[in-house]
Amino acid sequence: MSAFDRYLWNGGAALLAALWIAPLLYAVWTAFHPSAYEAHFTLTAPLTLENFVKAWNAAPFARYFLNTFILVTGITAAQFVLCSLAAYGFARFSFPGRDLLFSLVLLQLLVMPDILIVENYKIIHAMNAVDTLQAIALPYIASGFGVFLIRQAFMTVPRELDDAARIEGSGPLAILWRVYVPLAKPTYLAYGLVSVSYHWNNFLWPLIVTNSVETRPVTVGLSVFATTDSGTEWAVINAATLMTSAPLLLAFLLFQRQFVQSFMRAGIK
Amino acid sequence: MKIKRDWIWGWTLIAPALALIFLFTHIPALMTLWGSLFSTPRGRKPSHFVGLANYERLIQDPTFWKVLGNNAIYALGTIPVSMALALAMALLVNRPFKGRALARMAYFTPTVLPLIAVANIWLFFYTPGFGLIDQVLGLFGAGQSNFLGNAGTALPAIMVVAIWKEAGFFMIFYLAALQAIPPQLAEAAKIEGAGAWTIFRRITLPLLMPTTLFVSINAVINAFRLVDHIFILTGGGPDNASSLLLYYIYETSFRFWDTAYGATLSVVLLALMCLLAIGQFFLFDRKVHYK
Repeated sequence: MSAFDRYLWNGGAALLAALWIAPLLYAVWTAFHPSAYEAHFTLTAPLTLENFVKAWNAAPFARYFLNTFILVTGITAAQFVLCSLAAYGFARFSFPGRDLLFSLVLLQLLVMPDILIVENYKIIHAMNAVDTLQAIALPYIASGFGVFLIRQAFMTVPRELDDAARIEGSGPLAILWRVYVPLAKPTYLAYGLVSVSYHWNNFLWPLIVTNSVETRPVTVGLSVFATTDSGTEWAVINAATLMTSAPLLLAFLLFQRQFVQSFMRAGIK
Repeated sequence: MKIKRDWIWGWTLIAPALALIFLFTHIPALMTLWGSLFSTPRGRKPSHFVGLANYERLIQDPTFWKVLGNNAIYALGTIPVSMALALAMALLVNRPFKGRALARMAYFTPTVLPLIAVANIWLFFYTPGFGLIDQVLGLFGAGQSNFLGNAGTALPAIMVVAIWKEAGFFMIFYLAALQAIPPQLAEAAKIEGAGAWTIFRRITLPLLMPTTLFVSINAVINAFRLVDHIFILTGGGPDNASSLLLYYIYETSFRFWDTAYGATLSVVLLALMCLLAIGQFFLFDRKVHYK
């Protein structure tokens, strides 16, 4: 590669990066400055946290955060348990109907609960669970994607380890817990990060099944805040927007490598 | 005896997950099909069997065709562009240079943001008069624009947001695939006298085919599944100019509570997604090498 080529490539990378990060930087700018500086960029502009204070006080964001936190941890924990059990069953036991049932599980990669909103709402309604956190979580906790991913990891575990544990007298569940789960740790990390960011960001289904402050996750809370208060200043809405994305964004900046590798690992099948 | 024990363990282990997957995926999918053959219960009139009446209405519903067309434009516009950008990004950051980590972070960051937050951020760019785009255009003496309020520009404005959000996500997969290609292949080609373009076209691109298939299936699913930004940016307007199929399903079912027609629209969405996924599989099948 010639020096000229290198400049061209580096220039292209930098230009694209600047273009890609600009919207976020702009949001940060408006959120941390008085609204007079919304489109007025000077280095001397005074910094302020007032927009965040206003946003925090204008809507029950503390409650929204709590809801999202409970939701995301609950879903991820339940997914780990259910998907591990199923993955173990599919990976290491032979039983009639296994291949058919596994392909039915995989069908969920295409036919996601996200697009079955009409009938899933009816089911949740029939269960008398509308406007609860469980209602948001239920369609997602048995994830075909999770079963698939963890099964892939379990398949690579050498049979000898399994047999050795069995000779020592361990039952199947003990083997799952002591042999398979520890060896699949990177997969759990990958799946966990993907799942947490998916459910932190999820919007349409929670919007449909919630209608009160006590159950709304931050995404729905943010949309209610941003669309109903038309009198609210941009800077305040931007502050709220950043606030709701901040935990994930910070986690991403701190664990960038793990995040990127997790998304990679989750994608390569 | 051993075999029987395995059966019971297998079934027991998969039972909880399978029960929930059936309850919230397979059963609702079948119920959608079944529900599309009935009328929506209204007041004292209970739901009754109407055969294909909902489908007749569908065929005559101009909004449905409008929304379907929008979704086609949306998919055809966002998928190739975001995939090409993703590949370009991956190629750009697959070489060592100062600031590589920074560039990679910049590309990937939109992926971490909630789509609803992304829409809020972009709303500030698009707002007529005060928005950043208008402020910048104003410097050049241009008048006020209204990208989101204009039937001709609302859909493209939404597509730009989707591309910005998705490209970095797809980049990750291309980057992983690029790193898995043995450098000896390019070296050998170079010795044979192949130029950079030839190497890219004859070696890199074919080896990336499985990734391209994977990414494109994901991209198609997302093009039909993600409508969050529409809620904030346009609400599907003006006059359904920026509405997509799933957004129309939401409006029909949860704003007008016409659930039977919502189910009918969902059947179309389901059929469409299955057809597209199968179609892509066959389209790429000959070019993809599985291990």
